[in-house]
Amino acid sequence: MPDKYHIHTELAPHRFRPVGKFGIVDWREDCASCHNCVKRACAYGFYREEADTLRDEIGYLDYIYQCKGCLSCVQDCTKGILTRVVNPEYNRMGDAYYTPAIILATWFQAETGRVPVSGAGYGGPFTGTGFDSIWTDMSEIVRPTRDGIHGREYINTSVDIGRKNDHLIFENGELIASPPLLVSPLPIIFEAVPERWLREPVQEVVSRAARQLELFSVVRGGAIPDGLSIANDNIIPLLDNFESLSAGAFASAGMIMVPDRPLIGAVISTLKEKNPEQIVAVRMEAAPDSARRAVELAGKGIEVLHLLFDSHGREKASAKPRHARDVIREVHCALVKGGMRDQITLIVSGGIALPEHMAKAIICGADLVAIDIPLMIALECRMCGECDRGERCQIELEEIDPRFARERIINLMGAWHSQLLELMGAMGIREVRRLRGEVGRCMFFEDLEREIFAPLFGKRKAGSVSI
Amino acid sequence: MSTAMIDKTESGAATEEFLDRPDFARVTREVRPALPRYRNELGPFRVHRSSACKQCGRCAELCRHGVHTRPEGYRLMVRPFDYRCTGHECEKTDACCLQGCPQQALSLTVNPAFETIGDCRWTPELIASTWRMAETGQAPEPGGECEIGGSGGGFDRIRLKFAASPPEGLRREEIGTEVLLNRRNDARQRLKIDVPWYGGGMSFGSTSINTILSRARVVTAFNTLTCTGEGGYVDRLIPYADHIITQVATGLFGVREETIQRAPMVEFKYAQGAKPGLGGHLLGDKVTPPVAAMREAVVGVPLFSPFPFHSVYSIEDHQKHIDWIAHVNPKALISAKVSTPADVDMVAVGSYYAGVHIVHLDGSYGGTGAAPNIAKKNIAMPIEYGISRVHRFLVAEGIREAVTVIASGGIRNPYDIAKAIALGADGVVIGTSELIALGCIRCGNCESGCGCPRGITTTAVGYCDKIAIDWGTQRLVNLYSVWREMLVDILFRLGVESVAALRGRSDLLYHLDYEAEE
Repeated sequence: MPDKYHIHTELAPHRFRPVGKFGIVDWREDCASCHNCVKRACAYGFYREEADTLRDEIGYLDYIYQCKGCLSCVQDCTKGILTRVVNPEYNRMGDAYYTPAIILATWFQAETGRVPVSGAGYGGPFTGTGFDSIWTDMSEIVRPTRDGIHGREYINTSVDIGRKNDHLIFENGELIASPPLLVSPLPIIFEAVPERWLREPVQEVVSRAARQLELFSVVRGGAIPDGLSIANDNIIPLLDNFESLSAGAFASAGMIMVPDRPLIGAVISTLKEKNPEQIVAVRMEAAPDSARRAVELAGKGIEVLHLLFDSHGREKASAKPRHARDVIREVHCALVKGGMRDQITLIVSGGIALPEHMAKAIICGADLVAIDIPLMIALECRMCGECDRGERCQIELEEIDPRFARERIINLMGAWHSQLLELMGAMGIREVRRLRGEVGRCMFFEDLEREIFAPLFGKRKAGSVSI
Repeated sequence: MSTAMIDKTESGAATEEFLDRPDFARVTREVRPALPRYRNELGPFRVHRSSACKQCGRCAELCRHGVHTRPEGYRLMVRPFDYRCTGHECEKTDACCLQGCPQQALSLTVNPAFETIGDCRWTPELIASTWRMAETGQAPEPGGECEIGGSGGGFDRIRLKFAASPPEGLRREEIGTEVLLNRRNDARQRLKIDVPWYGGGMSFGSTSINTILSRARVVTAFNTLTCTGEGGYVDRLIPYADHIITQVATGLFGVREETIQRAPMVEFKYAQGAKPGLGGHLLGDKVTPPVAAMREAVVGVPLFSPFPFHSVYSIEDHQKHIDWIAHVNPKALISAKVSTPADVDMVAVGSYYAGVHIVHLDGSYGGTGAAPNIAKKNIAMPIEYGISRVHRFLVAEGIREAVTVIASGGIRNPYDIAKAIALGADGVVIGTSELIALGCIRCGNCESGCGCPRGITTTAVGYCDKIAIDWGTQRLVNLYSVWREMLVDILFRLGVESVAALRGRSDLLYHLDYEAEE
């Protein structure tokens, strides 16, 4: 049996005081100074040490991050002087898509490498928009299609990047070698670090973390970080202008990425001339006509298509942009219909904020996802947007210790890997390659409403929940 | 082991006899006040009495909600029970203490902590109304906030169509709430429960012994059932054995011949709604010495219940499984607890043909002591869909009358029960609401460290005795009593004469997001 893909994680505590959700506040003037102060009884010991921590300044004192919010002290205090509030700083983090809850969950995973676990049933909304309107399926014991006896350690999460011929091709009686293929042990590549976060060590950290995880990282332009080699370190140079191609400096890369443009075929031929074994990925913004273009590109022999959505997972359209969920499905189905799905690898990026988004994007038809913002959140980013306003970065990203940063990213990927295994184990799917386009292993909100509720309740009101 | 268990040793038999329905196992349905166990119970408002108070007692005379009290013979006022205060609603009436106080010593503020408890599904109002029901045994004032949650879908968008006037001749006291659990017409007992719900499985280890006993006692009073969960059959449950379901889950903790034999019903847990397809997990910190002893495991070592049953990979295996239990206990009913995958209807039919009496569907938003957040949010469909899909499929198959369908996973109050039954379930299973009644605030820390700091889901010394059995029993008796009363009221207003007659009456429901004619 081949080696199992395993991500080794190590605790990487925050450098800066993290922003937590809840805090206990008290009105000390009413305090009766009881000897049996409820804070001494804190089940988690945070408040028990409050006085000592204040005196000796041990570590970072952050009840707002650590407080578990059990309310025992609030409800037991003799004088009732304690209360709990939501930290206003918490509410200010992130945006409508990268919510404070997502940021906190990402921090936890980057710190510990563990899967977030909690007690009590799900407390969130019934359904949501985009990926949140999909439930993944599970395989009940009596299901005949179940993959058989296997534990999660036998689940394979690797995917192929490149073109696969759907039949053997002969020329003059000789078997033509298959096109080049790269294997990524996770259906993830690291997207080029966006401008906003592009400080001195960040791209290097991301690329090195990718290398260590055996994943690929996209690097913009010719800015290959020092000490990393294009040939050996899983780097995908992203070339925005054709001029740099002629230099041939990137011929040794296993894969290269170019933006979609007219006469893309010529660009690719030029690149292939230098290195026929190089995979060329074409990158384009998702738009209403993406499916048509994807089919066209696949027909021209493009090996990899990278579809870009905005950070909220929306396509670029003037009116009513669709969510990646629907665009990916359309592109995937168009390729399937054209009989060329396996001939092109589909990478999608934008709006992949959580590991379930990765699984759901793959179910919708992507081969793999590219992520950027979650990696930046792993590096403690609060999405405060102060950098956009020209303010100093609250977490001093330019000063980040590369080892620490790498560990945070590796931890995050460790947790994402585990969570992908959880979902796939429940679905009874043993290979992430087989998850692609497998909408039979998920349920869409609107389908369930139509199949189950519409016969009972009539016609659904237009716009009652926007998907 | 088995032969020893069949012809019991004398001492063993004596123990069972002694424990056979002793006096203490008789529990009445009598409603009695069961005050909150925390000094500062949470409510939407806080009332502060300043030092200007002259202890005149005017506020106690005015207040209709029991905020201000002065027991007879006392000179001083008791600190305000401000969680009972209705706040600004009351300010509009002449019973308001703020204006009534001759000294102007009272002030009202919004309680900031109140808004921070709960979540979309269990809103602060829903939690507080459950607390009040458990305290007083009285129905809350009718109104949206204590009838639905804020999840924006499913039960929270479905409403009941109450009749303009109830049909003539329908009397509240004649409305039936019992549910027949065995519809197979086989030789097994025709078990009937008095209320259309029973308690879900919560293991010893995930919850404290006092929580378990409180739950066992209340179901004894109301002639319904509760379930051991997968943590073994605690000896102290034997006096309530007629009302205890033995759960058989993949870890097989506590599955023994005698625990199967004394159960009126045996539940196979194939999956759990909160983490379908993932199996169970008791974290190491919660494996305390008594828990380890009960599960025959090592203290401090996490315990996994794998997914799935490694002896069951087909419907035939499933049937063999059931035959095994059916043979060990020829009287017990068999229930299969399954989750809600896309093909839940096929699962239900398969279970029926394998010989179960009860198909228990656990929806994806159900409770858990510990589950990955990704599983709780994403895997399997909510129960509202599952019930309807299974009900219609069983009807189409012509076997609906031969099997009992029980729904769980997000049933929070009698309105949810009525909606679930109208969608097609025969009854429901509850769990979280019972824990809320015992003081849960849904902080979700059940899994961390030694468990619940509030003493509900923990077996750690110093925490699990925060709940006294008598208090816990009374809270639940109050809750069950008022739920039954509210359910009868709902049936009355719907014009339906029994719970059985409500089943599948989806015509009595409407959905706020649909344009159906009302």
